Amino acid sequence: MRVTRRYRFAASHRLHSGAFTEQQNRELYGKCNNPYGHGHDYVLDVTAAGPVDPGSGQAVHIPSLDRLVSERVLRDFDHRYINAELSEFNTLVPTSENIMRVIEDRLMTHWSEVFSGEWPRLDGIRLRETRRNVFELKP
Amino acid sequence: MLITRRAEFSASHVCAQPSLTPEQNRELYGAAANPSGHGHNYVLEVTLEGDPDPVTGMVFDLKKLKELIQQTVIDPMDHRFLNYEVPPFDKVVPTTENVAAEIWNRLSRHFGSGQPNLRNVRLYETEDLYVDYAGDRS
Repeated sequence: MRVTRRYRFAASHRLHSGAFTEQQNRELYGKCNNPYGHGHDYVLDVTAAGPVDPGSGQAVHIPSLDRLVSERVLRDFDHRYINAELSEFNTLVPTSENIMRVIEDRLMTHWSEVFSGEWPRLDGIRLRETRRNVFELKP
Repeated sequence: MLITRRAEFSASHVCAQPSLTPEQNRELYGAAANPSGHGHNYVLEVTLEGDPDPVTGMVFDLKKLKELIQQTVIDPMDHRFLNYEVPPFDKVVPTTENVAAEIWNRLSRHFGSGQPNLRNVRLYETEDLYVDYAGDRS
């Protein structure tokens, strides 16, 4: 059984890489290279999978998943300027691809603190930057 | 090829186990443990898998799928209190997981191992919470 929970956070970012010149950055990232940054209402879908516990009827204890995502992701990402306020992005360009990797890493690092058994396991992350841009990751 | 039919039903439920204390049920199920119940607008997505028939051009007649969903799921569950009116939820806690599995069981009887086969049942309890069930495979 796979259980998917949707979360939201609003954050700003700027796509700019130290590996490129100013001109190259403008060409590569376009509007997203605007020096002052810009923001999105991100939609984050977290999928956990496992067998249904015959007693509780649950595959995933949702309050535990909510606590994990809230403490390890939303608290740091929501209403933040990602480039300036999250240490992972000191050297990492905050593309949605990289944001997903950081979110996956944070969830995996702290997963066993809320889910101590073999199940459920993280089964996927989907990040919607805008309605037109959606990114998916399978651990 | 995959084809998906969507349907909706509204129902109330309580998530609690009689063997647990009210505090334990609250801990396990949160607000869903309220003894008086509460409701949702469930959204169901049923996905079939198969090759289009060379003559009809269809994997499955979606009108038939609509009728099947109507008869097996919507008619019995829509505007019902699941715990009191829809077996097995007099004995089985109607979590999203268990409701999805029950819907899978009801539908899977109508599909064999040939084409098309029942590929997935997705049940949204709210816009922010859904489960996918594909039988024992998942």
